[in-house]
Amino acid sequence: MDSSPVPPFAPVPASGAPGPSTAGQLDHLESEAIYILREAAAEFSNPVLLFSGGKDSTVLLRLAEKAFRPGKFPFPLMHVDTGQNFPEVIEFRDRIAQLLGERLIVRTVQDSIDRGRVRVRHAHQSRNAMQTVTLLDAIKEFGFDACIGGARRDEEKARAKERIFSFRNSFGEWDPRHQRPELWSLYNGRLDKGEHMRVFPLSNWTEIDIWRYIERERLALPSLYYAHERPVAVRGNILLPVSEFVPLNDDDAVETRVVRFRTVGDISCTLPVESSAATVEAIVAETLNAALSERGATRLDDQTSDASMEERKRVGYF
Amino acid sequence: MAELATKATDAEIGVLRFSTAGSVDDGKSSLIGRMLYDSNSVTSDRIEALERAARRKGETDLDLSLLMDGLTIEREQGITIDVAYSYFATPQRKFIIADTPGHEQYTRNMVTGASTADAAVILIDARRGMTTQTRRHLYLSHLLGVAHLVIAVNKMDLVAFGQKAYAAIARSVEEFARAIGAERIYLVPISAKFGDNVVHGSARMPWYEGKPLLALLETLPPAILTHYTPFRFPVQLVRRVPAPNGEQFRQYLGRIESGRVRPGDEIAILPSARVTRVRAISHFDGPLEHAEAGKSIAIEVEGDIDIGRGELLSAPLQPPRVDKKLTATICWFADETFTPAARYLVKCGTRTVAARIAEIVNRLDIATLASEPAPETLKSNDIAQVRIALAQPLAFDAYKDNRATGAFILIDADTNATVAAGMIARPDDEPAAPDAAGFDPGL
Repeated sequence: MDSSPVPPFAPVPASGAPGPSTAGQLDHLESEAIYILREAAAEFSNPVLLFSGGKDSTVLLRLAEKAFRPGKFPFPLMHVDTGQNFPEVIEFRDRIAQLLGERLIVRTVQDSIDRGRVRVRHAHQSRNAMQTVTLLDAIKEFGFDACIGGARRDEEKARAKERIFSFRNSFGEWDPRHQRPELWSLYNGRLDKGEHMRVFPLSNWTEIDIWRYIERERLALPSLYYAHERPVAVRGNILLPVSEFVPLNDDDAVETRVVRFRTVGDISCTLPVESSAATVEAIVAETLNAALSERGATRLDDQTSDASMEERKRVGYF
Repeated sequence: MAELATKATDAEIGVLRFSTAGSVDDGKSSLIGRMLYDSNSVTSDRIEALERAARRKGETDLDLSLLMDGLTIEREQGITIDVAYSYFATPQRKFIIADTPGHEQYTRNMVTGASTADAAVILIDARRGMTTQTRRHLYLSHLLGVAHLVIAVNKMDLVAFGQKAYAAIARSVEEFARAIGAERIYLVPISAKFGDNVVHGSARMPWYEGKPLLALLETLPPAILTHYTPFRFPVQLVRRVPAPNGEQFRQYLGRIESGRVRPGDEIAILPSARVTRVRAISHFDGPLEHAEAGKSIAIEVEGDIDIGRGELLSAPLQPPRVDKKLTATICWFADETFTPAARYLVKCGTRTVAARIAEIVNRLDIATLASEPAPETLKSNDIAQVRIALAQPLAFDAYKDNRATGAFILIDADTNATVAAGMIARPDDEPAAPDAAGFDPGL
C-alpha cells in the first residue's frame, strides 16, 4: 500500500450536531465498516468498490477515506450504468471520483445489449435486471475477486440474510441455504479461481443511520435526494418520474409535485415520494417518522412478488 | 491505571446486539414481529402486506411472524432456516437482532448469531417448559460468552396467565443455569401473540413485578467493559506514508479490540516478541491523544521495526499467550465429518496459520452435558474439546478473558469452507492429560 496524500472531497455546509447517543451509534457502525473495508483490502488481491452516485455508496466512499487516507484506495471504483440513470447522478458520480482522485470504471448495459449478451424483448423492458450480466462480465474482464457494495440488511428480506463476506460461485450465484457461517469479526475470504466475494460494510446500517451519517460528515449528494419540483405521473398511490424511459398509461395524470427520491437507481424503476424535506436535517426528521419502508415506496422492481429480490440475488444481482 | 477508568462509551450503550433462539413452535418470529410492531418500527406498507395475507387466509389477526421469515424456502416450510438480521431503535437504544433457527440441524446458525450478541433471548413454550432445545440454547449462549441470558416464557395466554406454571419453569431454568455456571439470567412471562409483557406490561399477570421484555433489553448494561482489559490491537494492514523529508514511515491499521492506548505507551509485538513504544495514533480526522476499545485507528511506533498483518500489538505487562499449540472447545459446522488427514487453517484475529487437529479430547452430549471421551470423529453440530497444533506461533488469550483474541474459525484449506468455530480454553481449564478428565460444562 504505497501512497501519497489525497485530500478528502469537499463537504457541503451543514448545521446542527446529532445528540450524544446517536453519535455513539454512528461511531460504532463507522468503526465496524472501516474494519470490514480493511479486511477486504487485506484478504483480496483485486477488489473493486461499486459506486453508483447514490447515498449508500457515497457513504461507503467516506468510510473508504477513513479507512485508507492519506493513502490511495486499494481498489478502483466501478459503476454498472443501465444507460437510464438520472443525468445529474452520473455527473455527480464522475465529479466525486475526480475529486477523490480515484479511478472510476464504467461498464454499460447498452454495451452488453450491443454485444448480444443481453437480449431486449420489448422497448420499455426495465434494464435493472439486465445489470447482472454486465456486472458479472465486468468482474470477469478485470478479474475482480471481491465487489464491495453499499447494500444494507434492513433494505429487504433477502438482504437480511446476507453475510458480510458473501460468497459467489464461478457463475456469480448466491446460495442462501449454504452460506459460510460467519462468527465474531472473523471473515473467511478464501476463494478458488473464478469465484468472488461480495463485501457489505454497511450491513448493519439502517436508512436513518445513513442520513445521520450524511448529516454528521456533511456529505454532498445529488440534488434529487432533496425536495424539488418535478413533473410526475400519478398512478394510484405511486408517483412516476416523467421521462422517456418510463412508459405512461392513457389515464395517468401528469402533474408537478414537490418530491424527493429516497433511493436512486435506474429511472424506469425508481419512484419519488412527496416531501418538502429540502435539507439533510429535514430528511433525518422525516425518516424518523417514515410511514413507508424505503424500497416499498420507491422501487417498482421489488413489488413484482414477495420473493423478487431473492430471485434476482440468487443469479448474481447486487 | 485509575485515571483511565471511564464509564462505558456511548457506542457501547447505544447499540445492543441480541440473538433470539427457541424451538420451532415457540413463537420466536412472532415475538420479534410483536416487538417491531408495538414499538412502531413497522412501516405502513409492510402492515398492509400483513393485512392482505390475513385476508387471503380469511383471518382477522395479523400474523406478525411474517415480518421475520424471509426466504422463499422458509415461507414454504414455515420455519426459519438461516440467521436473519433485523434492526429497530427506541429513544434509548439501537437494537441489532440476529434471529436464529430453532431446528437442531441449524445449531451452527444459532452459534453464529450468539457469537456477536450481548444478550440472548431464549423462548420457552409455557405449556411444555424446558426442552432439550432450551438446554442446548442456554448452554450454547453461555459457551459463546453471551453476557445476559433472557428467558421469555411465551404463550402464557395458553396457561391462563398462571403464576404456578411460570414459577415451575423458572425453577428448572435456574437449576440448569447453576449447573452450567451461567450468572446473569432474567425471566419474563409473555404472550407474543397478544403482546403481554413484550413492549407493554400485562394487566393479566399482575403477579409479575419485573419489566416488560423491551424495557429490560433497553436497560441491560453493556456486556463487558473492554476498556478495563489489557490492550490488544491485531494489525490488519500496513500503510507506508511519505514523510516531508522524502522518506517513508509506516502506519499500522486496525481496531482496538480491548484496552486503551496513547502515545508513549510501551507495547509488545507478538508473536515476533519485540517491544517498542507508540509514537503516534491517528484517525482520518487527525491525531488522537488516546483511543479505546472499539475504535479503528492507525498506530505509528518508535524505531525501524517491521510489523506485518497478523501481529498482535499488546500491553507488555499483560501479554497474550504465544504458542504453537492450543486447547479449545469447537463447534463443528461442516456437513462433512472431521478427517485427520484434512488440511486446516486457523484464523484468529487477523492472523491465519496452518493447523491440524491433533486430538479430540472429548465430545459433549449437549442434552445431558455428559462427555464422551476420545470420539473417533466429529459430525455437524458436535461440540467438542480438541487440541490443535499450529504450523506457526500464534498470540492469543482465553475466550473467557477476551472474546476477540480468544476466538477462531477453522477453515478447510481444500474446500475453503468454514468448518468450525473455536473458543480457546484457559490454561487451568485444559484437560490435564490426554484421555483424562471429563468435559467441563462451566467452560
